[in-house]
Amino acid sequence: MSTITGTVKDSPTKTKNLVEMNWDPITRIVGSLGIFTKIDFENRQVAECHSTSSIFRGYSIFMKGKDPRDAHFITSRICGICGDNHATCATYAQNMAFGIRPPAIAEWIVNLGEAAEYMFDHNIFQDNLVGVDFCEQMVKETNPGVLAQAEKTASPHSDLHGFRTIADIMRALNPFTGTFYREALQMSRLTREMFCLMEGRHVHPSTLYPGGVGTVPTIQLFTDYLVRLMKYVEFMKKVVPLHDDLFDFFYEALPGYEQVGQRRVLLGCWGSFNNPAVCDYTYKNMSQWGDAMFVTPGVVVDGQLVTHDLVDINLNIRILLGSSYYDDWQNSETFVKTDPLGNPVDQRHPWNQSTFPRPQKRDFGGKYTWVMSPRWLDKRTGDHLALDTGGGPIARFWATALAGKVDIGYIKATGHSVKIYLPKTTSLPEVEFEWKIPKWSNAIERDRARTYFQAYAAAAALYFAEQAMAELHAGRTKTWTDFKVPEEAIACGFHEAVRGVLSHHVIIRDHKIANYHPYPPTPWNANPRDIYGTPGPYEDAVQNTPIFEENGPDKFKGIDIMRAVRSFDPCLPCGVHMYLGNGKVLETHHSPMFGHQS
Amino acid sequence: MEQVPYGHKTQKPSPVSEVHIVWMTSGLGCDGDSVSITAATQPSIEDVLLGAIPGLPKVHLHNPVLAYEVGDDFLKYWHLAAEGKLNPFVLVVEGSIPNERIKKQGYWAALGTDSKTGQPITTNEWIDRLAPKALAVVGAGTCATYGGIHAMSGNPTGSMGLADYLGWDWRSIAGLPIVNVPGCPVQPDNFMETLLYLLYQVSGLAPMIPLDDQLRPTWLFGATVHEGCDRAGYYEQGDFAEVYGSPKCIVKLGCWGPVVNCNVPKRGWMAGLGGCPNVGGICIGCTMPGFPDKFMPFMDAPPGSKVSAGSIGVYGRAIRALRSITNSTVNKEPKWRHPGPELTTGYHPRAY
Repeated sequence: MSTITGTVKDSPTKTKNLVEMNWDPITRIVGSLGIFTKIDFENRQVAECHSTSSIFRGYSIFMKGKDPRDAHFITSRICGICGDNHATCATYAQNMAFGIRPPAIAEWIVNLGEAAEYMFDHNIFQDNLVGVDFCEQMVKETNPGVLAQAEKTASPHSDLHGFRTIADIMRALNPFTGTFYREALQMSRLTREMFCLMEGRHVHPSTLYPGGVGTVPTIQLFTDYLVRLMKYVEFMKKVVPLHDDLFDFFYEALPGYEQVGQRRVLLGCWGSFNNPAVCDYTYKNMSQWGDAMFVTPGVVVDGQLVTHDLVDINLNIRILLGSSYYDDWQNSETFVKTDPLGNPVDQRHPWNQSTFPRPQKRDFGGKYTWVMSPRWLDKRTGDHLALDTGGGPIARFWATALAGKVDIGYIKATGHSVKIYLPKTTSLPEVEFEWKIPKWSNAIERDRARTYFQAYAAAAALYFAEQAMAELHAGRTKTWTDFKVPEEAIACGFHEAVRGVLSHHVIIRDHKIANYHPYPPTPWNANPRDIYGTPGPYEDAVQNTPIFEENGPDKFKGIDIMRAVRSFDPCLPCGVHMYLGNGKVLETHHSPMFGHQS
Repeated sequence: MEQVPYGHKTQKPSPVSEVHIVWMTSGLGCDGDSVSITAATQPSIEDVLLGAIPGLPKVHLHNPVLAYEVGDDFLKYWHLAAEGKLNPFVLVVEGSIPNERIKKQGYWAALGTDSKTGQPITTNEWIDRLAPKALAVVGAGTCATYGGIHAMSGNPTGSMGLADYLGWDWRSIAGLPIVNVPGCPVQPDNFMETLLYLLYQVSGLAPMIPLDDQLRPTWLFGATVHEGCDRAGYYEQGDFAEVYGSPKCIVKLGCWGPVVNCNVPKRGWMAGLGGCPNVGGICIGCTMPGFPDKFMPFMDAPPGSKVSAGSIGVYGRAIRALRSITNSTVNKEPKWRHPGPELTTGYHPRAY
């Protein structure tokens, strides 16, 4: 692995024996990600990490000149597990660009579809992909001591989920042979059926349009959805305590595990589920309708809610280069100087971005990935913050909890927590869950929030179904608002893809797309060192990770690194490589935190 | 004499004891086809892997979205297959094939790292290594089969479908043509059923898979969307929707169903639910070689629909003849999808 070079010029620090280990590809994610690390086995710590993506497709290039009405059909194809989030976000931007407001029932139908997507996607990722990192087979191979302890540890909530010991939970998570693995896989089909009822097809919807939906709202549509939803609600009453038991056990069995994947609390959430009573899709009212979303947008820095204003969020997005395979656009065309409210728009904002790919050799001392480095400018300090999404749920919960705005009966944000109410189901009574702001932004808490957010999505869907049926019963069944494509427009859409923040920025000229830049969650999480030397969140989180695995370099699986990376729910044609190779040992001076590189 | 259950002799072991499926998701795609197959129930992925269908060999799946192994532990199957030591195996390709010849250096799509050079191993390199050793090569989804979204006009990567890359007359060591299962993404059961058919064929339980001239299974893609659509009755009555959300025929709102080969309205998306025009979504032709360019802008009425929908009284041969012309047009890929060294998509790179 001679390509990993030149990280060591700056300040003199202690000498360490580092072993290069790369994982390429990282499996059980969507997309191709490689993670290249240097590991200090003596001190049981990851010393250095680079995250690299192996694919370039060029959406912002081939969308130029296309009809703006096609944007949601095209951008859905960006992602094969949350494509509908893209389609939805694109229709939000289209609505703004075309100056239209869909009928209320259409918004409820979209919200029901998107809620089903969260229920499906978090479920399959958590229990069929991430869950394998916590399954008996894996723990046996990486930490036999932990498995032995799990065999002796009773599950605190076995009465609810039926697994007597923690090891029984781990066995149930074994891929394909585990009973809970298979139950979760089957449940992921039920929720996708719910999705198909509202949006036609999973994962690239057929019934979404600018102006509303093509879905025909009938009594049967909502009956078919609701009976499936209640089965999922019952499932969640077992799944939340099951995961609490499993995750709490890891803190108990491996003291210090909170440091795995831990980084500074730097979380972004762009808000989800529009409220048709408030949302008119105009830019000038965006702060108001952003606040009315059923997941509140926000930027959380060190536990403080810095903003919950979508206009503020929008204007401070910056796309940086530094380690990515592109030429800069600083001196290229400026598409917009000001937003529709008259605020200045930076040249590094997605509205003004131009994409110039320059394929080249991978060089970890220089350019090493197709991912750019999105940052959020904190005006208080002038820092370009490497916000992460924590895989989505932890950021959504944190922002929603602190903002304290959501209060819909099934869900209440309290200012320090989020309460979730689930009604009685076939065999289990009503229950209230409460997600509380955790002490850390780390792997376990990202995973835990994912489970709780499945319950949140189900509770929100109960509310949306009630609202939709009220429209239906009142005879307001029109699902679409007609429009004309304007000659010129600028617009943006904000949404939460399953694994975190999603924005689409579009410029229309001469009735065509003149510029289009989508920013999904994974570029926020998987990006490389930027022009200022700030590493991306995966790199940062992995670099801080201690090694708890019992194996030495010869049989090393990198399980703690895998848990750290997968906690972000990577979803991108990009990759994390860990390569043990021949166990080549480097002797090098190492700057532990990677500081600033010029 | 050993006691055996009544009927035991009906169960014959497959003449092939084990089959590997090496599934590449590293084309220019979205992994949507891998995600799609986890939705399948006819058969489900676990039905096939856990031996729930009689007569099949033991199946080992090597797919990056579902694999237990990571990194080199995972890629060892790729290397074994390339060395001819993973026999027999079926190669599934997902994502369009970029053109790595149009630039001087770097890569568009890759999987794993070359231990000698430290550089990524390109997707194309893997196809070159694996296709000659595979029992069968299957394209999953429209990107892999014909190029799809990432091969639209103005694309910077020169991408194309598998048959454009390997050649339309390509044959596997077992004499099979490329098998194309298009769809964006692939309809879950369509893919798993094709895979099941190939496993039956490998086991000697089915004859050569029947494919049309676009290399699609004929039983899945022989009929048009319109022929299987439950809104075709409105069409017959000349009763067309003017707004989205109407239960009537949506051909005037942009539906290409009359000329698109696909069974989705008939089969539904999953468990018989969902779909496209049958549930209010215009057919944008996502299974077709001409997708997406020949169907854009999607929300305009297809040119042919004005004639045929207007002359609905004149049934029969004339309409079928008109549709057959359009059908053969949209069954052709645009000319810029090719493996040559020039980029002809209309994009003019300034940096490579």
